[in-house]
Amino acid sequence: MSDEHIDEISGVSTTGHEWDGIRELNNPLPRWWVMTFYLTIVWAIGYTIAYPAWPLLHSATKGVLGYSSRGEVKNELTTAEAAKGKYVAAVQSKTVSEIAADDALREFAVAAGGAAFKVNCVQCHGSGAQGSKGFPNLNDDDWLWGGKAEQIQQTITHGIRFASDPDTRLSEMPAFGDIITADQIAQVSAYVASLSGKVHDASLIQPGAKVFAENCVACHGDNAKGNKELGAPDLTDAIWLYGSGETAIADQVRAPKQGVMPAWGARLGETKVKELAVYIHSLGGGE
Amino acid sequence: MLDNTQVERLEAEAVNSAKIRQPLYAPRKKIFPKRASGSFRRFKWLVMAITLGIYYLTPWLRWDRGPFAPDQAVLLDVANRRFYLFFIEIWPQEFFYVAGLLVMAGVGLFLITSTVGRAWCGYACPQTVWVDLFLVVERAIEGDRNARMKLDTGPWTARKLVLRVSKHAIWLVIGAATGGAWIFYFADAPTLLGQLWTGSAAPVAYITIAVLTATTYTFGGLMREQVCTYMCPWPRIQAAMLDENSLTVTYNDWRGEPRSRHAKKVLAVGQPAGDCVDCNACVAVCPMGIDIRDGQQLECITCALCIDACDGVMDKLGREHGLIAYATLSDYNANMMLATAGGSSPVNPSLVRTAGGAFSDKVAHFHIRKIFRPRTYVYMGLWSLIGLGLLYSLLTRDRLELNVLHDRNPQFVTLSDGSIRNGYTVKLLNMIPEPRTIVVTIQGLYGADMSVVGEDIPAGRSFAIPVEPDRLKMLKVFVRQPADQIRAPAQTFKFRVEDKASFESNEYTATFNAPEAAR
Repeated sequence: MSDEHIDEISGVSTTGHEWDGIRELNNPLPRWWVMTFYLTIVWAIGYTIAYPAWPLLHSATKGVLGYSSRGEVKNELTTAEAAKGKYVAAVQSKTVSEIAADDALREFAVAAGGAAFKVNCVQCHGSGAQGSKGFPNLNDDDWLWGGKAEQIQQTITHGIRFASDPDTRLSEMPAFGDIITADQIAQVSAYVASLSGKVHDASLIQPGAKVFAENCVACHGDNAKGNKELGAPDLTDAIWLYGSGETAIADQVRAPKQGVMPAWGARLGETKVKELAVYIHSLGGGE
Repeated sequence: MLDNTQVERLEAEAVNSAKIRQPLYAPRKKIFPKRASGSFRRFKWLVMAITLGIYYLTPWLRWDRGPFAPDQAVLLDVANRRFYLFFIEIWPQEFFYVAGLLVMAGVGLFLITSTVGRAWCGYACPQTVWVDLFLVVERAIEGDRNARMKLDTGPWTARKLVLRVSKHAIWLVIGAATGGAWIFYFADAPTLLGQLWTGSAAPVAYITIAVLTATTYTFGGLMREQVCTYMCPWPRIQAAMLDENSLTVTYNDWRGEPRSRHAKKVLAVGQPAGDCVDCNACVAVCPMGIDIRDGQQLECITCALCIDACDGVMDKLGREHGLIAYATLSDYNANMMLATAGGSSPVNPSLVRTAGGAFSDKVAHFHIRKIFRPRTYVYMGLWSLIGLGLLYSLLTRDRLELNVLHDRNPQFVTLSDGSIRNGYTVKLLNMIPEPRTIVVTIQGLYGADMSVVGEDIPAGRSFAIPVEPDRLKMLKVFVRQPADQIRAPAQTFKFRVEDKASFESNEYTATFNAPEAAR
């Protein structure tokens, strides 16, 4: 470094770095700048004492402030729970109809129920509660077991055909393949298809009506409007759980599929079930 | 017996040998700006009074907006996300107005800089204004330049202690007042002042005051010119804004050089002498501590105090003002060419003067025409264009808005009678501080009707609903169409909102989905 170079114009020495004749000035830094630098070092030391910092063999130093990010999340969750407290208490003490009638409470229950629905129900009913073949659409106005908020709550709590719950909703349509003949099945299927204006063989309607009157009215009623007490579906409307049309109806008459829904009451608790019931009731088909 | 010749002398030198050692860190050279007086100083007092007045008083202005909105003229209500500026109320989605104003401020800065140099730095920048204010305090307590320098180098006496403590105390009070005024822009000022006084204001208010007190005190009192020189990017950028027709504070060496403290002696021996008597008045008043006679420097904030100082000296000497003056580089160059006889000789002031001592006709002076040139036309055009655009947008903006979100899951629902239902989240925005009744109607979509979840509204094609002042009302609306009316799997129709009192309206074109089989 003996070839010390002093820039002619500024009178400042250069660092020795040179690019195409352009040299880098070796200006000293301002004092406050280095002071700030030292200050950050002091700050960093204080920080490592105050906050978790130094790695040890199996953990790290805890810091004198006792801060942890996990603890911070826990505090936030506690705060959130506390904020929800009065709503949860109201949901617990009120009936689902009362909850649905109260604007603020309904808003809360719909949000909470919607979250619970996405965890527990979407596997069968779909993320939009739109259902699929064999799994009812919860948006529409057709209810096997009733669409009032209390009825929905009952269904969720005890399930459908869920053997281990004594209060479960239970209905069992016999397998008519063993009871009536194949011709009669074809006739009654055509008759049922005609009730909702589906394509059908018109020549089978007369005998089909007779078969229906002899075998089906007990549960589905004289006018085939169904019976929510028994979970017997309305056969005159546009909504079909296992498909519409003569073939699908015939299949269901011959050997009915019987869907099962678990009882959620014990698993989720009464409050969650109430929130779910209010949510489902709000989807647009609630009675 | 020592034999030096046996040992070879190596060519080596310590990298930090005393010969070439220099400090790594330079201490700040203290600056003691002398009080200046003159027309630019008076202008700066005026600008300071206006800017500080605006800053401190604005939150206390009242503006009646009726019972449903705050009556503070300028209020940034962050908690409720509403911004009030006199008769203008801005919702967060209209924040582009603020962005537009910032763009205008940027282009305005280009315009100002290209015409009159760093006027922002010299007159209006908060750093300049507050440093000026802090210097007023310093001068009032410790005296002017010489007294301050004496005090600074003098020993620590009781008097020095009292002066220093009172100076810093007043600085801190100014800092606190600065931070205090800032928070009043974000809440109702009289209420907040009461809360501050009784200690019941939010912690963030006290923290903000503390932080701004610290920064004001540090930047205005302790760091001063270092903020401009080291921290601010503007000195680096402005070189690109200036051109040879921009006015900047210039030392006119074509009439000042050769400078001499003994002009008479110099003239007596037949040597040329310029107007500059090397009194250093321009250096003494400079808040940046530089010598303008060294030419344009990035440190220079063009506060023009050196012009005042020099003009004062010229008055005493009976010379014309303007040895240091606002001048353009092109004029300066022309005059330099004149004074140096085309660059062939050193500056000779007699070349720019007539025999009678007045300036020759050939000396170039600034003409107002120079402000109007393509560059400034472009800046002005851009600035006005953005301004007019914002103004037009502001005058024609909607105060009743409608947003519609179509349910996507499920896209449609088949009901038991075969009709098809679609769900929509309808958001009604009442953007004025008065309650309104909004009529929502659907247009198109044969035979369809609406129902609203949770509202006691009969199904139909139209309903009226009250919306609170300055609020968004969110509705879950179900639209249902009988199966025999469905024309296509996707039909478009309109939601229309209308305020029957003011006749404001808005529309949203939505889609109604249906299964293929439903037709």
